[in-house]
Amino acid sequence: MENTPTLVLNDNVRRLIDAIVIAEQRHLAERRSEEACACTEGMFPRNLPTSRRSFVFAAGSTAGAVLAGAASAGEQKAPPGAQFYEVPADPTKELGRPVGADGGYGSRSQFETEVRWRFPTANEYTSWSMSPLDKIVGNLTPSGLHFERHHGGIPTIDPSRHMVFVHGMVQEAKKFSIADLKRFPSTTRKYFIECSGNGLTEWVKPTLKSVQGTHGLISTSEWTGVPFATIAREIGLKESAAWVLAEGADAAVMTRSIPLEKMLKDAILAYGQNGEAIRPEQGYPLRLILPGWEGNTHIKWLRRLELSDKPFMTREETSKYTDLMANGKARQFTFEMEAKSVITFPSGEMKLPGPGFYNITGLAWSGRGRVQSVDVSTDAGKTWYPARFDTVPEPISTVRFSFPWLWDGKAATLQSRCTDETGYVQPTLAQLIAIRGANGPFGSIYHLNAIQSWAVSADGSVSNVHA
Amino acid sequence: MSMREICRGAACLALALAALPPHALGQTPQGPYGFGSAASQEELADFFAIPADGRRLPSGSGDAARGAKVYADQCAACHGAQLEGNPAKGIGGDKLIGGRGTLASSTPVKTVESYWPYATTLFDYIKRAMPFNAPGSLSDEDVYSVVAYILSKAEMIKATDRMNATMLPKVIMPNRDGFEGDPRPELQLYR
Repeated sequence: MENTPTLVLNDNVRRLIDAIVIAEQRHLAERRSEEACACTEGMFPRNLPTSRRSFVFAAGSTAGAVLAGAASAGEQKAPPGAQFYEVPADPTKELGRPVGADGGYGSRSQFETEVRWRFPTANEYTSWSMSPLDKIVGNLTPSGLHFERHHGGIPTIDPSRHMVFVHGMVQEAKKFSIADLKRFPSTTRKYFIECSGNGLTEWVKPTLKSVQGTHGLISTSEWTGVPFATIAREIGLKESAAWVLAEGADAAVMTRSIPLEKMLKDAILAYGQNGEAIRPEQGYPLRLILPGWEGNTHIKWLRRLELSDKPFMTREETSKYTDLMANGKARQFTFEMEAKSVITFPSGEMKLPGPGFYNITGLAWSGRGRVQSVDVSTDAGKTWYPARFDTVPEPISTVRFSFPWLWDGKAATLQSRCTDETGYVQPTLAQLIAIRGANGPFGSIYHLNAIQSWAVSADGSVSNVHA
Repeated sequence: MSMREICRGAACLALALAALPPHALGQTPQGPYGFGSAASQEELADFFAIPADGRRLPSGSGDAARGAKVYADQCAACHGAQLEGNPAKGIGGDKLIGGRGTLASSTPVKTVESYWPYATTLFDYIKRAMPFNAPGSLSDEDVYSVVAYILSKAEMIKATDRMNATMLPKVIMPNRDGFEGDPRPELQLYR
């Protein structure tokens, strides 16, 4: 056929996957070298009172380096998002820091080191970063650890100059400043956002070692903004309108076509995330939130909504975020993120110190509604037991689940399985491949929501397996 | 004292809004709140998004001969002299041509030639986001030209064909009929 094009793409994808494997290994090796004592053996987040060698950052690179009360000029020894302070021998025997010395905006502890890491695409301006699910507790993702996907870098936008235009098949084209939008009645909801490429390395064989690598493209925030329906009522729509083009103000000028039905149902023009302004990496000052739909449709740095009678067939919705099936046909506009779950503890690269009680825990979610139930198996899916919900299930939000496990010290394979309120059951990888075909990750890249397996070996080490 | 001043809460607001003449709350009669301001034609003029029917393609035209020069200057560093892509660190440009007939294989090759359903998308995307380090910097003539160059290299048009608002939507891409709607949810995955 063509002159060896197959090899070229194979090489590209393989090179990408090889690079992410190396990047993850580097990250894990750094963490291992930080081990405070052998007793934790990677099982729990470590506090690092003495070993700061990997947190030496040039002055100015840490948040708030210029603030009063920060460590002396020169080197700032603290992880990203933290400031370094000398540790007293006994905090009860001397005064702490004065109130307000942080300039009025807090930072995390200098002992907390969790960071996102970047998928090593060739170009760092079109790339993504993974949330450290193995260390995040509770249900909400800290804003600074929310996963990212950028197609042309992160723009810096002055909100006083930013407008969102709503035009096309409307009664009257209008523009809204952020201040305008904040005058409307607002809505606040906890929704997850998941990149439809989450897990793309895992189609053929277990590839990445940690849950941050296999599942790190999901995060949950509380989002605040104006329902699109409110704006639609404000400007009036024409009868012919059926689709809405959403466009971002980044260098990619990202565009996706969204069915008007979805926009009117629950789309939010969000300016708030977790109680403050949305983070720049998440679309400051305005992001389109489309509950339960693939992350790419949640257009960041939203500057324009154009009402149309048909989709625009943009590059992202034709050549990229489509699902090529084994028969050569591609599914298009596969918006919903289907039910999925993953055990985050214990998970890949952890090590259990010995037999005994472990509180298995993880996250479950569905783009179609509430999580109805989560089951956990310790024998690779032969036997299932209902998990406990640690949080109250909310529509299109993650649920933190847990399961009490008395490990007998023998090899075990841990799995979780999510059922949502529509009755959809999270499939096995075999079930999914039976539908989608075995061309992943070359053809079938997106929407991998299969059950994840973690093998616990007799020595307590935990690894990513297909079971 | 007006109703607005004595009322609190959403129900009261609705009542108050209903009682007011349409223009009392803002500059437009349409919305109940009157927030935001009218967007002028001038403000909207620079926005574009070009659907498959080519609606709102700009005037101007271009051909592969000029497109070859544009490509060499603006595109080849990332997409390769032969449009073969460049995976080098710091670059990572997609392969643009080839791959026809591979889509049903286990290692499909997705390129503009093999996978993209519409030529209009190519124009939209290049005008929108290319070149990667200077997006939106190409003239419409340059975009038409480099689109013509890529399509001719993919043997979808002749090297002498000029692309413009009339001709571009008429180019039939090989994978035009290769897409289908979302058939999910899959009932076999329900309990």
